[in-house]
Amino acid sequence: MRKYTPKDNVQAKSYYTDRFWVAPRVPKTEVEKNSHFDKVVKAVDAKVKLQGAAVELGQLRIVIEAKDNIKVLTILRDSCGYKMCSELSAVDYLAKDGEFEIFYQMLNLDEAKRTRVVCRIKPGEAIESIVPLYKMANFAEREMFDMFGIPVNNHPHLKRLIMPDDWEGHPLLKTYPLQGDEFASWYEVDKIFGKAHRDIVGPENRNPALIDRYDSQRFSRVGYEVPFGAELNAENEKANPIEYSETLLVNYNAGTKDLKKRT
Amino acid sequence: MAQHQVSYTSSAGLPIALTSVDKLINWGRSNSLWPLTYGLACCAIEMMASGASRYDFDRMGTIFRASPRQSDVMILAGTLSKKHAEYARRLYDQMTEPKWVISMGSCANTGGMFNTYATVQGVDRIVPVDIYLPGCAPRPETLQYAMMMLQKKIRRESANMNNNTKQRII
Amino acid sequence: MQVTNKLTPFFENLNFDRSDNTMVVNFGPQHPSAHGQMRLILELDGELIVKSDPNIGYLHRGIEKMAENMTYNEFLPTTDRLDYIASTSNNYAYALSVERLIGLEVPRRAQVIRTMLLEINRIISHLFFLATHALDVGAMSVFLYAFREREYAMDLMEDYCGARLTHSAVRIGGVPLDLPEGWLESLAIFIAKLPEEVKTYEDLLTENRIWKMRLDDIGVITPEEALSWGCTGIMARGSGIKYDIRKEEPYELYSELDFDIPISDRCDSYGRYVLHMEEMRQSAKILEQLIPMYAQTEPKLMAHSPQYISAPKEEIMTQNYALMQHFVLVTQGMRPPVGEVYAPTESPKGELGFYIKSEGTPYAYRLKCRAPSFFHAGYLQKLLVGTYLADAVTIIGNTNIVFGEIDR
Repeated sequence: MRKYTPKDNVQAKSYYTDRFWVAPRVPKTEVEKNSHFDKVVKAVDAKVKLQGAAVELGQLRIVIEAKDNIKVLTILRDSCGYKMCSELSAVDYLAKDGEFEIFYQMLNLDEAKRTRVVCRIKPGEAIESIVPLYKMANFAEREMFDMFGIPVNNHPHLKRLIMPDDWEGHPLLKTYPLQGDEFASWYEVDKIFGKAHRDIVGPENRNPALIDRYDSQRFSRVGYEVPFGAELNAENEKANPIEYSETLLVNYNAGTKDLKKRT
Repeated sequence: MAQHQVSYTSSAGLPIALTSVDKLINWGRSNSLWPLTYGLACCAIEMMASGASRYDFDRMGTIFRASPRQSDVMILAGTLSKKHAEYARRLYDQMTEPKWVISMGSCANTGGMFNTYATVQGVDRIVPVDIYLPGCAPRPETLQYAMMMLQKKIRRESANMNNNTKQRII
Repeated sequence: MQVTNKLTPFFENLNFDRSDNTMVVNFGPQHPSAHGQMRLILELDGELIVKSDPNIGYLHRGIEKMAENMTYNEFLPTTDRLDYIASTSNNYAYALSVERLIGLEVPRRAQVIRTMLLEINRIISHLFFLATHALDVGAMSVFLYAFREREYAMDLMEDYCGARLTHSAVRIGGVPLDLPEGWLESLAIFIAKLPEEVKTYEDLLTENRIWKMRLDDIGVITPEEALSWGCTGIMARGSGIKYDIRKEEPYELYSELDFDIPISDRCDSYGRYVLHMEEMRQSAKILEQLIPMYAQTEPKLMAHSPQYISAPKEEIMTQNYALMQHFVLVTQGMRPPVGEVYAPTESPKGELGFYIKSEGTPYAYRLKCRAPSFFHAGYLQKLLVGTYLADAVTIIGNTNIVFGEIDR
């Protein structure tokens, strides 16, 4: 029977996992009373419904609803001193939960504290742009749109950033294979020479260890010259006249007789 | 009748050098290879280093030009992404004949470690390549050696570019 | 003869139909002073830039996607190719986030070596900045001088790890190698000479009339804008924002070292150039303090945590359990705990951090590289507006962006 491979997550997976192995978890602690993070949680909790707050590896992680993102970030910026949003992006949880997780990594410069605001949205839903609050989101949200296909409302200039405008697919989705789909593999040939040229250029070589003895374009021969692009096959390939290179072409299945003959 | 100052027949010093047109043209071509400053990625830094003080490319007659119209060699230094492939080809088209291409580094040769959706798996899919340079990133010495190999190759070729075997594709 | 292809000439450069008398100029993607493959579509009114649209992604290689398909140790050499001018700072930022995730304590000797490598990389990066920036502005000789000095720093890196550019000199849990013999002496010679050399470059540039005219009041960043656009590192410190992650959120040995964070209130390109020069001196000062620290450490290079990091060779060869763990680590890769981490570091360009989301498998579920240059490149759409076309080159050179980490 052919091995089942899930189609909703085509990324690399470990070939073996112990059935009884339970992955440990990074320690999560409650927010300490009267700490800086406690103030942040209280300030946010007063205005919007918090779904969770915990300190993980020295950074506060608060979970909110996606529709509240502007409200929460405004509170963080104006009353908690988070002047900078250092990073924003998404994580693809479509295979597991059918949702995207969007995180905003915030930085308070005065107290050197970092908070991560996390929210989840369903595919197809749009998230409100935070460009009015933090201008850095201009590029970051465009990148998120490009890589995940998450639409962003009220973004000043929402179009693909990293990939070309005529690209198909969103590369960081878990359903997108690492080596690209059919469209990606022919993109440059189609664009420059046209589809008719595909046969001439040939498919991409994705095997880095490939060695083709009869390819006179990409591989050279030891011992004698073959014109560039000459047709080679098992019949017309000359015997190799230089002795030392014989060892390279030893046929190990044929026994050791030939090797002995040399001495 | 006044005699010539140099007697071509009697004294041994004939002021004439006999050579073939091929050799003469190739001598000129091979000793002033002007590459295009076409830095794509990490290898571009090594390309700059080979042009800078320690490695000094100028002594080989190699002066980097910023315009494809003035250059003879295109050094594809670094990863060529699919988005950029079109522009690499455009620049190649803009260069005047005769022109040569050096593919510098593993990424340009075969895609290298970036076996992904966004990387062209070898620039020879786009432009015909004369010299492939291994390494990630190749040292400046490697690039200079490649340039010397290219000079050798040019000296061996026919001056009429139509007589030379180029890569079949493109 | 070359084969004809589909590409037709495009006339984005010149657009005669516009009624408002502006001209669209296409800058890049192959431009010698675009610092890589950036394409700027500039709208010009005379020589004044009225609109700029930076197009990036010409060096997108799918590094974040690769991280999802590689084990943690496998991915480390890939981080070299992010900011390829100072590779070790990327290796380190990545290793630090994984170490925080699995909670590793790195031995002190490894910390000393790491801090040394980070500072050498900072010097290499700043010298490269100086060389290319001066070259863009028109000072060719500074390029040659700065590259000469940079080669000496590269020699140090090469003596340590064998590579000039892509170092991979930091491993998760420590460093792979001890310092070679005589390395500290050559380092001492290098840093003794560096301040003099920096002085030479300053003599050439700082009071130079042309240099001042090209940099003074060019590319002014107000502190509010710097914060809003996510500027970090020297881009923020040049606007008077005193925030250096080495001081504020210290990692490695920076809390024990004595060094200053130069800041400038000038907010312009000139101030940032001065900061780069000053930071090189501070790096030399840090390295000077690190040399005696090395001798006081135990010769231990990798953290002891056989569950995540392969045990030393002796242990593997003598103890059965260590061998089994090593086998699992080599064949399957380490499995960090479930959770997420964001570890910021101060790379030569600014705040470099890796956000890693781990699901307890040998492959990272999501890795996001917070690259400082990405946001600096994004800021160009605002920063270039209102300046002259000739100053665009100065500003791009001054932001010190590198495309490996912008496009990833």
